Amino acid sequence: MTEAMAKPRAAAGDRAGSGAMLRRLREFTLVPALIALVVLGAVVNDSFLTERNIISILGASAALALVVLAESLILITGKIDLSLESTVGIAPGLGALLVIPAASAGFGTKWPAWLGILAIFVVGGAIGAFNGFLSVKLRLNAFIVSLAMLIVLRGLLTGATEGKTLFDMPSSFFSIATTTFLKLPMSVWLAVACFAAAGFVLRYHRLGRSLYAIGGNPEAARAAGIRVERVTWAVYTIAGVLAAAAGLCLTGYVGAINANQGQNMIFTVMAAAVIGGISMNGGKGTMTGAITGVLLLGVVDNLLTLAQVASFWKQAIYGAIILFALVVSRVTSGQAQE
Amino acid sequence: MTSAEPLDDPVPPLAEASGITKRFGSTVALADARLTVDPGESHALVGRNGAGKSTLVNVLTGIFPPDTGEVRFDGEPAPSPGDRDGWRSKVACVYQKSTIIPELTVAENLFVNRQPGRRGVISWRRMRREAAELLETWDVQVDPAVPARELNVQDRQFVEIARALSFGARFIILDEPTAQLDSAEIERLFTRMRSLQKSGVTFLFISHHLQEVYEVCQTVTVFRDARWITTRPVADLPQAALVEAMTGEAADLGRSTGRREPVTTQVRLEVKGLSDGAYEDVDLDVRRGEVVGLAGSSASGKIELAETLVGLRRPRSGTATMDGAPLPFGDVRRAMSAGIGFVPRDRHRQGLVAGLPVGENATMTVADKLGPYGMVRPRRLRAVAAKAIADLDIKTQGPDQPVNGLSGGNQQKVVMARALAIDPKLLILINPSAGVDVKSKEALLGIVDEIRAQGTSVIVVSDELDDLRPCDRVLVFLHGRITAEHSAGWNDHDLVASIEGVS
Repeated sequence: MTEAMAKPRAAAGDRAGSGAMLRRLREFTLVPALIALVVLGAVVNDSFLTERNIISILGASAALALVVLAESLILITGKIDLSLESTVGIAPGLGALLVIPAASAGFGTKWPAWLGILAIFVVGGAIGAFNGFLSVKLRLNAFIVSLAMLIVLRGLLTGATEGKTLFDMPSSFFSIATTTFLKLPMSVWLAVACFAAAGFVLRYHRLGRSLYAIGGNPEAARAAGIRVERVTWAVYTIAGVLAAAAGLCLTGYVGAINANQGQNMIFTVMAAAVIGGISMNGGKGTMTGAITGVLLLGVVDNLLTLAQVASFWKQAIYGAIILFALVVSRVTSGQAQE
Repeated sequence: MTSAEPLDDPVPPLAEASGITKRFGSTVALADARLTVDPGESHALVGRNGAGKSTLVNVLTGIFPPDTGEVRFDGEPAPSPGDRDGWRSKVACVYQKSTIIPELTVAENLFVNRQPGRRGVISWRRMRREAAELLETWDVQVDPAVPARELNVQDRQFVEIARALSFGARFIILDEPTAQLDSAEIERLFTRMRSLQKSGVTFLFISHHLQEVYEVCQTVTVFRDARWITTRPVADLPQAALVEAMTGEAADLGRSTGRREPVTTQVRLEVKGLSDGAYEDVDLDVRRGEVVGLAGSSASGKIELAETLVGLRRPRSGTATMDGAPLPFGDVRRAMSAGIGFVPRDRHRQGLVAGLPVGENATMTVADKLGPYGMVRPRRLRAVAAKAIADLDIKTQGPDQPVNGLSGGNQQKVVMARALAIDPKLLILINPSAGVDVKSKEALLGIVDEIRAQGTSVIVVSDELDDLRPCDRVLVFLHGRITAEHSAGWNDHDLVASIEGVS
């Protein structure tokens, strides 16, 4: 038996090697499109390929990238969380309200700034955990329950701020976007670090691998000894924390917290994730794909701004480009988007 | 249906396929395949997984046009590929996967997309009436007004058959109809087939269970490696010769191979007074290196008991110990730590993550042992998977191939690899050979003999006699209780009788 086995195994190894190579290449299907866009940008606009503009694209994309990361983790696990966009608003909003004086519409608790920033992440995690509770423990439909949460959380922020914009935060609330390292804002480094960590865990750690198993077939994952509920719940919580971090980045980028911070962001998030090859049915997708999805949309957004498209038309064009990108990624990957 | 013609003008075959070749890319699915089905017979189509049966069915039902060759019905050329109604009036297939829509009523299912009515407005009254008439004609005792989800597997099959007949087809292909039925239901299906046969319906019957072929069919066609091998009257082809035709070599099934003297090693698993509604007050001892079978019909509680032991279900009362230590319930992870590995009852639902590669699936149970701090080292994973692939002789391109590209038998081996990866002290196999070809079945059951020699205990849960042959003793469940015990050397008749509760 051993002798007969040895040969086909060696041959199988070679073929499997090239198969893995092909799959690895699939992760980069968006890169040609990204390069084409960059070339296009450089041709039509002189200021596009300047250092300042590139830093601006990255800085503007950091918050989106963190939410896309959060959503991708949830989508891979086979769930969905629409309320992340509201977490982007309410987590830093509550953090700020706890810190700023009552005269500036705060709660008047006047917590120290570091405690307020810590509160942002705790609030994000708590919201994520609550979403996990609704969908994992109560077994409510993830789509509709997170849609309800989206509205509730947005309403809570609007109520707590009475619709006002919050300005009066200590400078540490903005420093993540204003402090730079190697010319790039810290928010970009945070996003890069989070993507790198998530990419590593998804590929090389059993917890990350278990997300694919759960998203692909939760019953089979459970029968293989994976604690499906616990892992899913943890993913929701982590996603909440990431959305809160995105909220902090956005606060720093904008310099204030508006009651509608993060509103409508989820559509762009979903588009970036799906363009990046994350399956809406779970079990499929990589961080490389997700980050290229984010960069693609970031570049498009920047190009539209540079081209000085009338702001009334920007949305329609942006939407059309997303649609086009979805079609292109469908064609180039050769796989149905589910 | 053609009426009987005088003998000098022979009746053309009801369905005839000749010279059929079908390729998918570089894979040859059928090579010069042929099939001749005479009117009024029940014709068995057998072959191992990958022999080309499914492709032939798809060619016969007009789903895939063949690359070469032709299909004829009643001596006439088959309808053109796009003519679905033409095909439907000639032939229909009842697939293993039901095509009944669960949320619609039985009547709606019967008339999907051809609801009776006037000028496009559906007449519900007429539909219910016509459905009732149709079911009556073919003696299907189902209320047309109930939602189809309330039907059991068997009634769904009968509804599908009635629907096929209502299109005018008198040639029905049954694709592994018995796979999800218990033995009483199988008997009912066969009775139904015989009575339909008398009213002029012809069947092409596909099954992995050869004894069923002998029970219900008159002619058998064997396929192997995409080729037609033989077509013969069932009576002329004894089981051994049939298996030989399927595998290309002589097979050795049909003997109880368990140890006849009692196993006296230490007790490994001790179950006391376990109950959960599906089974009641079960006591059970399994010793080291012992192979114990649990038999019984599909609702007897044997599967539920096994699922309790592996951690998928929580019992209402009772205890179990592994090597003296209490066995935790309701947690697969902890049951695995206690040394219990298992093959779940349905590999598609619980055994495999279809989109993931073979290697990932085969090592899913040991993902925490492939590197430090829960890291999964790809090289380590591939090495562990490659060893499993070699040990179990899994036919695959390698650890990186998606598992859904494998044949049923090889997929089941991946599930087995997943169970064996934890180096279990007790291996629980639930329906280990369901939907698996003869050769793979032998290989899967061969593993039982191998690991018992190393002191691993095995529980085989199945109502498939072949699965139970390696067992030292077989416990029979009836209505949730153990009602009989058979030591190795049992004869088929006695075991079946106690499974049916007639002994």
